[in-house]
Amino acid sequence: MSFISVFDVIGPNMVGPSSSHTAGACAIAYLAQKMNNGVLKKVTFTLYGSFSKTYRGHGTDRALLGGIMGFSTDDIRIRDSFSIAAAKGIDFSFIPNDTNTDLHPNTVDIRMENEDGRVMSVRGESTGGGKVRIVRINQVQVDFTGEYNAVIIIQQDKPGVAAHITKCLGDYNVNIAFMRIFRESKGETAYTIVESDGKLPDHIASRLRDNPHIHDVMLIQN
Amino acid sequence: MTDFKNAEELLNLCDSRQKPISEIMKLRECDLAEMSMPEVCARMAKALEIMRQSAFAPLKSAVPSMGGLIGGQAKMLSDNFEKKGAVCGSVLSRGITYAMAVLEVNASMGVIVAAPTAGSSGIVPGLLLSLQQSYSFSDGQMIDALFNAGAIGYLAMRNATVAGAVGGCQAEVGVAAAMAASAAVELMGGSPTQSLDAASTVLINMLGLVCDPVGGLVEYPCQNRNAAGVANALAAAEIALAGIRQMISFDEMLDTMYHVGKRIPYELRETALGGCAATPSGCKFCHT
Repeated sequence: MSFISVFDVIGPNMVGPSSSHTAGACAIAYLAQKMNNGVLKKVTFTLYGSFSKTYRGHGTDRALLGGIMGFSTDDIRIRDSFSIAAAKGIDFSFIPNDTNTDLHPNTVDIRMENEDGRVMSVRGESTGGGKVRIVRINQVQVDFTGEYNAVIIIQQDKPGVAAHITKCLGDYNVNIAFMRIFRESKGETAYTIVESDGKLPDHIASRLRDNPHIHDVMLIQN
Repeated sequence: MTDFKNAEELLNLCDSRQKPISEIMKLRECDLAEMSMPEVCARMAKALEIMRQSAFAPLKSAVPSMGGLIGGQAKMLSDNFEKKGAVCGSVLSRGITYAMAVLEVNASMGVIVAAPTAGSSGIVPGLLLSLQQSYSFSDGQMIDALFNAGAIGYLAMRNATVAGAVGGCQAEVGVAAAMAASAAVELMGGSPTQSLDAASTVLINMLGLVCDPVGGLVEYPCQNRNAAGVANALAAAEIALAGIRQMISFDEMLDTMYHVGKRIPYELRETALGGCAATPSGCKFCHT
């Protein structure tokens, strides 16, 4: 467990009105855009639970769209994110879903489509006080919070890939705080999420890609 | 390593090192976040600056909210104070005004500092900025006071809850007022024990308060409750500074607040299904 900082109490600095429905929504989308390598063309937000019922009055929609454009939770441009996204030529839509009620009450699915046609989906939960958790990437269940610097590796579930990853991390002197592997099923796509205390060197991504079973690498730095 | 799990350990640290609560909280942050003292203080200075802007901007012009339930209250209070004076004296009047101002900014999608939540974000800046105005405290003293408030809020987050959906309004406005009361005591020269007594007093006096936002929006009665939080905090600080002890410790009150909160019915924990939200007037804004 990460510690409770004084700035978790006196903070976050944020655009209102709700830490869970506004700041948390922005933070989820912010993480999602960090995972997306490429130029965003179209984004669809599917809102569940309390998000689907109260998103307009809490500015959840503007906060999500702001986050997907890389705005942080205290960026006043969140207010005008609709017009800013339109000016950037990003096609955006919000779909309230009231039928799937098994999820955490503040859940959103973000489907991002890039100019090159690549599609990525991320599911996030806003767990309170502006804290968030990413629980699904594409079809794979994952669990990470963005509180640490992280590298997310999309790979084929093959022997030796994890060894390659830890060797790269060791070569660059990265101290691992947490490392977990999630997979669809045996031999299919897997996700390795490594969280580290310190900053990750940018060129570690290209070294990791040297292994033919690694499809993509995303660096998410604080 | 400077760390503490409850108020008793905090008081022991203050006693053994002969330091105020604010200093212990600063040292804890430096240790656990691996940051230097200047970095930690600079980050708090930024929070203070945002607090100041959000407390003062709505006094000049009304800030309409997203949901349309509030806007303009801070200016009305400020104008009334200028014209007719304040029935509750300048410290409380300004504290209430600033607290309601911050909630206006919050509800309009302006920038605020959650303290500990967005819905209760007016109380700590409201009371502290009002005290600064009356007693000319330096910004350095204000930053110390925010670390003191942070220590109280941290204990509430760690050992109870600050979420209205879990513990009702007593967990949001109640904890914010406890933070403000403790910080005010340190600012006015009180001891760490007096700070924690003031925080305990607030939780005693706000125990059981439900979370019942009209239309599910962080607007009404949240804005009024922030004003009430300032008043509660100020009364508790006065009681503590007079040397009046409380028989129930802050640790015990946090436990009790948490247990009471969990027993508050679901309808009265941020669902907008009961309380003010379910009155005929409030329900004009009910969700279909």
